[in-house]
Amino acid sequence: MTELNKLGLAEARDLLRKGETTSVELTETCLSAIDAADALNAFVHKTPEIALERAKAADARLAAGDAPAMCGLPIGIKDLFCTKGVASQAASGILEGFKPEYESTVSQQLQDAGAVMLGKLNMDEFAMGSSNETSVYGNAVSPWRRGNDDAELTPGGSSGGSAAAVAADLCLAATGTDTGGSIRQPAAFTGITGIKPTYGRCSRWGIVAFASSLDQAGPMTKDVRDAAIMLEAMCGHDPKDSTSADLAVPNFEAMLTGDIRGKKIGIPKEYRMDGMPAEIEKLWADGAAMLKDAGAEIVDISLPHTKYALPAYYVIAPAEASSNLARYDGVRYGHRATLEAGDGITEMYEKTRAEGFGHEVQRRVMVGTYVLSAGFYDAYYNRARRVRTLIKKDFEDVFAAGVDAILTPATPSAAFGLGEMTDADPVQMYLNDVFTVTVNLAGLPGVSVPAGLDAQGLPLGLQLIGKPWEEGDLLNTAYALEQAAGFVAKPGKWW
Amino acid sequence: MSIDQSTAAKVAKLARIKVEEDALGALASEFNTILGFIEQLNEVDVEGVEPMTSVTPQRLKRREDVVTDGDQPAKVLANAPDAREGFFAVPKVVE
Repeated sequence: MTELNKLGLAEARDLLRKGETTSVELTETCLSAIDAADALNAFVHKTPEIALERAKAADARLAAGDAPAMCGLPIGIKDLFCTKGVASQAASGILEGFKPEYESTVSQQLQDAGAVMLGKLNMDEFAMGSSNETSVYGNAVSPWRRGNDDAELTPGGSSGGSAAAVAADLCLAATGTDTGGSIRQPAAFTGITGIKPTYGRCSRWGIVAFASSLDQAGPMTKDVRDAAIMLEAMCGHDPKDSTSADLAVPNFEAMLTGDIRGKKIGIPKEYRMDGMPAEIEKLWADGAAMLKDAGAEIVDISLPHTKYALPAYYVIAPAEASSNLARYDGVRYGHRATLEAGDGITEMYEKTRAEGFGHEVQRRVMVGTYVLSAGFYDAYYNRARRVRTLIKKDFEDVFAAGVDAILTPATPSAAFGLGEMTDADPVQMYLNDVFTVTVNLAGLPGVSVPAGLDAQGLPLGLQLIGKPWEEGDLLNTAYALEQAAGFVAKPGKWW
Repeated sequence: MSIDQSTAAKVAKLARIKVEEDALGALASEFNTILGFIEQLNEVDVEGVEPMTSVTPQRLKRREDVVTDGDQPAKVLANAPDAREGFFAVPKVVE
C-alpha cells in the first residue's frame, strides 16, 4: 500500500470506511511527514495534540457508523483562518501572539465534517503576495526543483504553505483563500488542484479580511474529486457573513461524470499575452484539444476589458485593505510598539503599524489610503469600480452567448526562484495574477488543474472559469480535463 | 500625477504608519510606479457605467435588531496587549 500521507481525500475516505486504516494512523503518518519537512517551512504552527484528539474522535465515529463526509481526514489550515485557541497570525508580525477565542465558519464546518486539523500553514502576509516571500515566518519553499538545480523555488502565493504541503504529501488537502489568484496560482506552481468558488459560496466569517469584495476560501487538493469533496464541506450559507449566499449546496462529487459532450468552451483571445512562453501557449492549445476530443465545442471569445483587470484590482484591493487593516492599532490584539515617554495614542498607532506590518503590506495600505483620499476617490476608486462593472459584463456577455466555461492558462510562467523577483518593481510581481484576477473581480468560480511540465520539469496549470454558482459543472469539466491530461508527476523528495 | 515626498509623508500620516524621513523618497518612487500602472484605467470609456457595489446581485440580509451575543469581557480582552480592570488600556488621549 502507498504511504498513507500520499493518499488523496477520496482514497483515504474509502480505506477508512472499509476499516483498512484508521484516522490515528493517517494522522500520525502526516505528523511525521510534517516533522521531516521543516525545510519547506509550510507548517508554521503545528497542532499534533489537537490532531490526535480529533483523529481518535473520528475513529470512534467511524466505528459507530456515524461518519460525516470528511471523517478522519487530516488537512492543513491556512494561517488566515481564525482557529480557536491556536495561533492565527495571517503571517504578520502585527498579530504576534494572537489566539482567537472563536473558530472561522469554514474551519468549523470542516471540523464538523470530521476533518482533522494538523496545523496552520504559511502564506504571504495578509495574503498580499504571489510568492510567499512576504511572510513573517520566512519563505515557504516549493518541493519542486528545476531538474538537478538545487535553487529554492517559490510555491506561489499567497497560499504558498498550503500548496507546498499538499504537493509534498504533508497532508491530504489544505484550505486556501483567493483574492486575486492566491489559490489557483500556487496550485498551478506545485502541480495540484485548487478552486476558488463563486463569491458568496464560502462564508468569510473568521477569515482575516484582506479585500472583502474579492476574498473567497477554497480547497487545495491532490485531484479534482478531492476538490469536490472538500468544497462541499466548506460551502454553505452563514448568517454571520452578510454576503454569504443563501443557496443549497449541491453534491459536487456526484456531478463528476466526466461527460462534457456538447459543452461550449470559450478561448479568450485577450489572454494571449505578448511574450507568452511557447510552453504556456502549447499547454493551452493542448488543453483545448483535449476538451474537444472529450466532445466539447471550442469557440473563440472576446473579453475586451481583460487588460484593465490588474490595474482595477490594484486600486480596489488596496482600498479595501487600507480599510480592513485599520483595525490593527495595537489596542485589541497582537503587537503594540514600545513607547517612549511623552508618546501619545497617535505615536502608538504609527509605531505599532510600522513595526507590525511588513513592507508590502505597508505599501498596499498606503496605496489604498491614497486612492481613497479626498480629491482622488473619484479618479481612482470610483473609476476602478466602473471598470470592474465592465469586466463582469464581459463575462456575462459570453455566458449569455451560450459559453459554459472558459479555458485559459493559470499563470504566465512556471514557478520562479525565491529571491529572483527581489529587484523587480512591484508591478512585475503583480503580473503573476494576470490570468486569475479577472475571476475575482467578476465574482466567478475558477479552478486550476495541473496539465503538464515545462522543459525544466516544473508543473504548469490550466484554469477553467465557470458561471456563477455552477461549481459542480465547472468541476466536471475540470475532471474531464484532468482525465485527458493524465498529470501524475510528483516532486522528487530532497527535503 | 506624480507623488513627491511631501505627498508620501501625508499618505503615511493618513494611514497611521510611521515612515522615517530618509525612506520617503523610495516610497514616493514606489507609489509612482504603481500609480503609473493604474493610470491605464483612464483609457477606458466609463461614461454611464455604474460603479460596482456588489458582485453578486443580492440584497443584504437583515436581522432583528436584538442583542445576540455579549457578556464575555474576559474573552474580548484576552488578546489585548494591555487590559486593565475590564478595559483596553491606551496612552493618555485627553489632557
